[in-house]
Amino acid sequence: MKIVVASGKGGTGKSMVAGNLAFALSSGTPVTLVDCDVEEPDLHLFFPEGPCANTPVHIKVPHINPDVCTLCGECGDFCAFGALLVGKDRVLFFPEQCHSCGGCMIACPAGAIEEADMPVGTITVSHPEKNLTLVTGTLNEGAIQSVAVIRAAKMMAGNTGWIIYDASPGTSCPVVETLEGTEFCILVTESTPFGLHDLALALDVTMQMGIPSGVVINRSDGRDEKAQQFCREHKIPVLATIPFDRRIAEVQGSGTLIARIDPSWKDRFSALAKDCLALWEGS
Amino acid sequence: MKICIPSSGPEPGDLIDDRFGRAPYFIIHDTNNEKTESHRNDAAGGAGGVGPKAAQFLIRLGVDMVVTGRVGGNALEALKAGGIKVYLYEGRGPVREALKAALSGGLKEQ
Ligand code: SF4
Ligand code: SF4
Repeated sequence: MKIVVASGKGGTGKSMVAGNLAFALSSGTPVTLVDCDVEEPDLHLFFPEGPCANTPVHIKVPHINPDVCTLCGECGDFCAFGALLVGKDRVLFFPEQCHSCGGCMIACPAGAIEEADMPVGTITVSHPEKNLTLVTGTLNEGAIQSVAVIRAAKMMAGNTGWIIYDASPGTSCPVVETLEGTEFCILVTESTPFGLHDLALALDVTMQMGIPSGVVINRSDGRDEKAQQFCREHKIPVLATIPFDRRIAEVQGSGTLIARIDPSWKDRFSALAKDCLALWEGS
Repeated sequence: MKICIPSSGPEPGDLIDDRFGRAPYFIIHDTNNEKTESHRNDAAGGAGGVGPKAAQFLIRLGVDMVVTGRVGGNALEALKAGGIKVYLYEGRGPVREALKAALSGGLKEQ
């Protein structure tokens, strides 16, 4: 089953939920945990270091052969993203604007443009626990092609067993790319007004994509009426409430997982996964 | 020589707009025939790459010199690749004033 853990904004404890969920499940069944928060991947911090395999992610970009180019200007006019500029004596390429559409290659009447690979990120695969595979997507510094890196990470994670994807915070293209083709979304929120606002935005995205979802209220101070009411109104189940607890915060701060050191939490996260499965099967 | 000034409107009396790629108009003065014309900047509303796109447009028009506020990295690089000199003008008044300053010399090249 493919579950995305998402939240409308950063700092809600999304990675904590994803990490604990994957760890708890892995005691009984093979799990792949995919860090799709490629601008700031952090799930690996919860697991022991070990051997890992790195694969670069490339995108296709134009490469202009100056000996063949006639400076006719066609490619600059064609590119809708302003990634090419035909100057007086050379063509400039702005890689951060390029969407890899390949159109300039077709537009060039002189055949001066070839396809070249540009590295934008890395996929790291490791096996930090017996039944757990961790796939981490990392976007290169300065690169903007998050979506390409997320797509590569998801591809690398494959399609079998339980797959847990940790989305980047927010509701933009990278989140949509992470949700694409998955079966359920856990929305992590805090029961503050800001938290609810961001939850509403995130829920909007999952609903538009037709992906069933449930809510985990994190750092609850016990006064969750607003969040509960919101979920009732939008007919989404509250899957779990994680209290604001100093011990959890300490465990989290020390870089480990509460499910690893406390069997009762491990059971709670396993139950959370089973609930997602049941909701998906019933949806 | 063609001098271009990014502008908020189509007339020399309109205020300059110093967001080079996002300026809605370009006013271009040709010193050879003393004519002034204005062009709408179609790149202005785009999501990205507006600087290079606007630069491409000016290169096509044969502009020699742009007079404006600070120009960002890509746009500056693009203008220079097109052989266009970029001069810094930090005033906020009408285009006419910027043009006067450009014609009298003394502006610094960016
Ligand atoms: S591949 Fe597409 S986006 Fe990239 S430079 Fe060519 S036309 Fe522009
Ligand atoms: S379309 Fe081809 S020949 Fe024309 S400027 Fe671009 S690269 Fe050069």
